[in-house]
Amino acid sequence: MDVGQMQRQLVEYTKSLFIEGYLDSQFLQLQQLQDESNPSFVAEVVSLFFEDSERILKDLTFALEQKIIDFKKVDAHVHQFKGSSSSIGAQRVKNACIAFRGYCEEQNVNSCTRCLQQVKQEYFIVKNKLETLFRLEHQIIGAGGSIPMVELSF
Amino acid sequence: MNLSNGKGSMSTVSSPAVSKSGDIVSDQFPAGLRVLLVDDDPTCLMILEKMLRTCLYEVTKCNRAEIALTYLRENKNGYDIVISDVHMPDMDGFKLLEHIGLEMDLPVIMMSADDGKNVVMKGVTHGACDYLIKPVRIEALKNIWQHVIRKRKNEWKDLEQSGSAEEGDQKQRPTDEVDYSSSANEGNWRNAKKRRDEDEEAEERDDSSTLKKPRVVWSVELHQQFVAAVNQLGIDKAVPKKILELMNVPGLTRENVASHLQKYRLYLRRLSGVSQHQGNLNNSFISSQEATFGAISSLSGTDLQTFAAAGQLPPQSLATLQAAGLGRSTAKTGMPMPLVDQRNLFSFENPRLRFGEGQQQYGSSSKPMNLLHGIPTNMEPKQLASLHQSTQPLGSLNMRVNASPSQSNPLLMQISQSQPRGHMLNELNVPHVPRLPTSMGQSPVSNGSPGSALGRNGISDNSRGAAYSSVPQTSSMLNFPLSQTTEMPASSFPLRNTPDMSSITSKGVYQDGGSSGMKGSSGFVLSYDIFNELHQHKSREWEVQNMGQNPSYDASQNANPLQGNIDVSPSVLVHQGFSSNQHQMGQNRDAASVGKAMFSLGEGMQSANFQNIGQHQGFQNTLLTDNSVRVKAERIPDANSQTNLFPENYGQEDLMSALLKQQEGMGPAENEFDFDGYSIDNIPV
Repeated sequence: MDVGQMQRQLVEYTKSLFIEGYLDSQFLQLQQLQDESNPSFVAEVVSLFFEDSERILKDLTFALEQKIIDFKKVDAHVHQFKGSSSSIGAQRVKNACIAFRGYCEEQNVNSCTRCLQQVKQEYFIVKNKLETLFRLEHQIIGAGGSIPMVELSF
Repeated sequence: MNLSNGKGSMSTVSSPAVSKSGDIVSDQFPAGLRVLLVDDDPTCLMILEKMLRTCLYEVTKCNRAEIALTYLRENKNGYDIVISDVHMPDMDGFKLLEHIGLEMDLPVIMMSADDGKNVVMKGVTHGACDYLIKPVRIEALKNIWQHVIRKRKNEWKDLEQSGSAEEGDQKQRPTDEVDYSSSANEGNWRNAKKRRDEDEEAEERDDSSTLKKPRVVWSVELHQQFVAAVNQLGIDKAVPKKILELMNVPGLTRENVASHLQKYRLYLRRLSGVSQHQGNLNNSFISSQEATFGAISSLSGTDLQTFAAAGQLPPQSLATLQAAGLGRSTAKTGMPMPLVDQRNLFSFENPRLRFGEGQQQYGSSSKPMNLLHGIPTNMEPKQLASLHQSTQPLGSLNMRVNASPSQSNPLLMQISQSQPRGHMLNELNVPHVPRLPTSMGQSPVSNGSPGSALGRNGISDNSRGAAYSSVPQTSSMLNFPLSQTTEMPASSFPLRNTPDMSSITSKGVYQDGGSSGMKGSSGFVLSYDIFNELHQHKSREWEVQNMGQNPSYDASQNANPLQGNIDVSPSVLVHQGFSSNQHQMGQNRDAASVGKAMFSLGEGMQSANFQNIGQHQGFQNTLLTDNSVRVKAERIPDANSQTNLFPENYGQEDLMSALLKQQEGMGPAENEFDFDGYSIDNIPV
C-alpha cells in the first residue's frame, strides 16, 4: 500500500469513528492542538487516558465487589471517568458513564454492575479503535507521508 | 477552531484596551497570563495545559489542591488566575475556591463534568468567576483573561470611588445614592457570581452602570452608625427617616437606609433564631492558619445553609462572601505587572503602600473596604452571637447590640478594643469583652473567654500583636492577604480604638481613638479590629481602604495610622468584627477565618475586598464565605486556637445566614441597596 492509500484509509477510518459515535468533536480539538512542536500530542494524551482509565476501572470493580457498597465512592469514580473520557472525546464511554451515574444514585447494585460492564466494554472498544488509528498514522509516517487532517464539520 | 496561530508563534493578541481603570495592559496581553491549573485527572490536566499553552498563557499545573495552595502562597503575585476542578480527592474544589478568594483574591474558574444546576450555583455562590463544563474547549479558555481584567478594573474602580466618595459626600444630598465605591465592588462580584438572586438583579444593573450611579457602600463605620441609630431608636421604632437623621451622613438617602434596615432586620431575625453551633466551623479552622481557610472552605456553601439555618453564618460563607467579594475584586496577584500596576496601586498596592507610607492610598482602597463592611454588618449580630461563645457576644457587631447584654458583642468590644492591631485585640478580647454593650442581644456565642475572643480575632492579624493577649492567632485569620507585613497601625481600625466597648453598640467600635465614624458600627469595628490586630499588616490595608471609602466616617481616627489616612477602617472594622465575632463563638478558627476572610480580603485586596463585598450584593454569601474561608486559612495564625476558632466559624455562618436571610427577605428591597456594600444582598439563602 502506498502512502496515498494509507492516508486515504486513515481518513476513512477516522471518519467512521466519528460517524459511529465512538469519538466526538472533542477529539478533533485534541487533534487541532497537535502541531509540529508537539507532533505526538494526541497519542500521548490518549495513552495517558488509557492508563488512567484502567486504574479507574480497577477501582470501580473493586468498589462494586464490596459487601457493602459505597455508592458515593462509586459515583465519584464514574464521575471522574466521565470527565476524562469526555475530554478525550470518547463519546460512547462518556454516555455509558452518564447512565452509570444514574444507577449509582438509585443505589441499584445489579444495575451498577451491569453498567460497569458496559462501560468497560465501550472503553475497550474505543481503545482498540484508537490504537488502530495510531498504528495507521505510524505507518504513514514511517512510509514518509504526513498525517492528513480530517475535515469534519460538527 | 484554528489554533495554528497559537502554536509557537507569538501572535500578538490584541491588547485589550483595558478598562477605564487605566490599567496598563501590555500589547501582548493576554499572552503571558499566568494560570494555575488544578485538576486531579491527569488526562484533563494534560489537555487543558496544552490548550492554555496554545492560548499563549503561562501554565502551572498541579493535581492536588494542597499543592496549588502552596504554590499560591509561596508566590502570591505569581498567578493571575486559577482554574480548578470541582471534584478532587484531597480537597473539595469549592473549598479551594474559598481559600483562594480569602487569601489571595484571585479570580477562580471552576470546572467540572458535572453541569447540574446545583453545582454551578455553588460555584457562583462561592465566588467563582466562571464555571466551565467539561470537556472544555479551547474557545472557552481563550477568554479567561477577561476575568482578570474585570477584577482589576473593579478594584480600581473601587479605589477611585472611594477616593471620590469623600468629595461626593460633601456635595451630594441624600436623595442621590452616594457613590461610595460600592458600585465598583458590585461589578467585581458580578462577573464572578452571576447573581442569580432576584435581589441581585437590581444590583447587577447597578453594577453594570456602577460608574454612572453612585452606590452606597455600607462600610463598617457606616453600618455601625446605622446600628447605633437603630439601637437608639429601638429596633421597633427605627424608621428609615429617623435613622437617617440620627446617622447624619451626608449623601445617604432614606432609601439607602431603608433597604439596609430591611436587611438588618432580617439578619437579626436570623440571629435570634439561630442556635449557635460553634463546633462545626471551627474545627476546620483551627488546624492551622492555613488550615483555617481550609476549614472554612469546608464549610462552604452547604455549611452556609446549615449554619444559616442555625442562624449562624458559617464562617465560610462569610469568608466566601468576603473572599468572593474581596478576593475577586482584586486580581492583583496574578496579573502581570503592566496590568497590575495601576490596579495594584489602588487595590493591592494600597495595602502595601499604605503601610509603608502610612496609607495614603486609602482613598483608593477604601472602597474595597466597603465590601467587607457590607457583609459583616449583616452578619454581625449573628456572628457576634456565634462568636461569642466564650466571650461576650460580640457577635452583634452592630446588630442589635441590645439584644444580649451579656454578649454585648464581645466582638465589638474586641474590635474596638483592639487598638492598632495589636492592641485592639487585646483589649477586645479580654478586658473588654464584658464591656460590650449588652445590647448585643443576640447572645452571640462567645467563646467563652473574652480573651479568646480576642484571640479569635487575632485571626485577623497574624496575631501580631502580642498585645492581644488572648487574641489568639485568630488574627491570622484576619491576616488578609495583605501581604504587607507592615503592621497596620490601622489594623486596629477604628475599631480597636473603641476602648469603650459599652459604647460600642451605638458608637460602633470606633470609640477608640476617636474613630468617630464608627459609631454605630461598633460591632463591625470590633470584628475588624480583631482581625486587624491579628493581621497587622493586613488590617492596615483594610483600614486604609475603609478609610478611604468613608470619608464621613472618620473612624480611623485613632490609633491606626491607617485610619488617619483613609477611611478604611470602617470597612475593615467590619470585617474584623466578624472575625472577632467568630472567634468569640468559640470557633477560634472559624472566627478567625471569618475575620480573616474579611481581613484577608481587605488586606490583600483592600480595595478589592471591599469592593467585592460591596459589589456583590448577591454574592454576599459567597463572598463572605469565600472570603472568610480564605481568610481563615491564612489567618489563623496561631495558636490561640483556644476555642476562639470556633467562634469564627460560627460567626461567619451566622453572618452568612443572616445575610442570606436578609437577602431573601429583602428581595425586593435589594434593589434599593445600591450602595450595598455588603454582599449580603445577594446571599442566597
